[in-house]
Amino acid sequence: MSKFKKKADTKQEIPTSALPDIIFMLLFFFMVTTVLREVTINVKQRIPDATQLRKLQRKSLVSYLYIGEPKKVEQWGSEPRIQANDVFIEPKDVTLWVTQEKDKLDEVERDQITIAMKVDREAQRGLVSDVELELRKANARKLLYTTLQEMDQ
Amino acid sequence: MARKQRDEPQINSSSMADIAFLLLIFFLVTTTIANDRGLSLQLPPDPDDIEQTDIKIPERNLFKIQINSADKMLVEGDPFEKSTDELREMIKEFVTNNGRDPESSDSWKEAIVSLKTDRGTTQEKFIEVLDAIQGAYYDLYGQRIGVSNERWREIANDLTDPENKRLYDEGRGRSEDGLLYPMNLSIAEPTKIGG
Repeated sequence: MSKFKKKADTKQEIPTSALPDIIFMLLFFFMVTTVLREVTINVKQRIPDATQLRKLQRKSLVSYLYIGEPKKVEQWGSEPRIQANDVFIEPKDVTLWVTQEKDKLDEVERDQITIAMKVDREAQRGLVSDVELELRKANARKLLYTTLQEMDQ
Repeated sequence: MARKQRDEPQINSSSMADIAFLLLIFFLVTTTIANDRGLSLQLPPDPDDIEQTDIKIPERNLFKIQINSADKMLVEGDPFEKSTDELREMIKEFVTNNGRDPESSDSWKEAIVSLKTDRGTTQEKFIEVLDAIQGAYYDLYGQRIGVSNERWREIANDLTDPENKRLYDEGRGRSEDGLLYPMNLSIAEPTKIGG
């Protein structure tokens, strides 16, 4: 009989009972911080970078326009298009779209509508400025070009 | 009669982590983090409502930036190859000139930054230049009330707070006859050459 019998009573397993709690915590974090996507975006969205970002305060007043090259090139061609809600529209339809978006808001807040334009970096100014002109006509003059924070300094 | 010593009843919870993982992955895949930040801009009113008057703006009060369809820039008539940081400094000097340099602006109030693009200019280049212009003004506004550029933007983001509103008005020099220190940015309609 050995004098130095090894005591093997230290537990080898790592306690995993707290694992579900950790995962749940992560789960709640993601559930709280994210919003479900409302529309399927059918245009390419390579959002440009900028440094001087401003934040929108009232999200209920914001309507989105997506501009870029269609993802399905064989179906829609490669010319950049404007997407509002789920459909492609022409610049001249923007006025009507703004009216519809304004109708969704309270009467007192209709002037404060903000249009967030998510424009692909390869889209050309011609199309974007056509939309801007229509927005001016529709009296929706608060505009936001959605951009990403540039990583520098 | 000897009772059998029974184990305490337990629910096996080792698969709980797996279930939670599954949910977590579902949410990770189906969601996008909302991005509601960007360059803010106020558009001018409907062109049909504006009376067409020919106002002669002296050359010295205009800071002209032109971009062509190949994304090449002309600043005050000269080709510009330097970085946008350099452009930002140039705009700051132009705006705060106050009549010192006879070639540059008379006063902040009269200084106008004019940005003209072509229909073929990419949005990326436009955003880059717009960013430089707005950055220059935000820097100057921040300096006026003694805060950083970032703080100024935070103040401008939330004007419902009275303290922020006061600082914002102070920075822009709000008075009876309009703003003393406005951001005069003119974005002209794009030209049609080369699309």
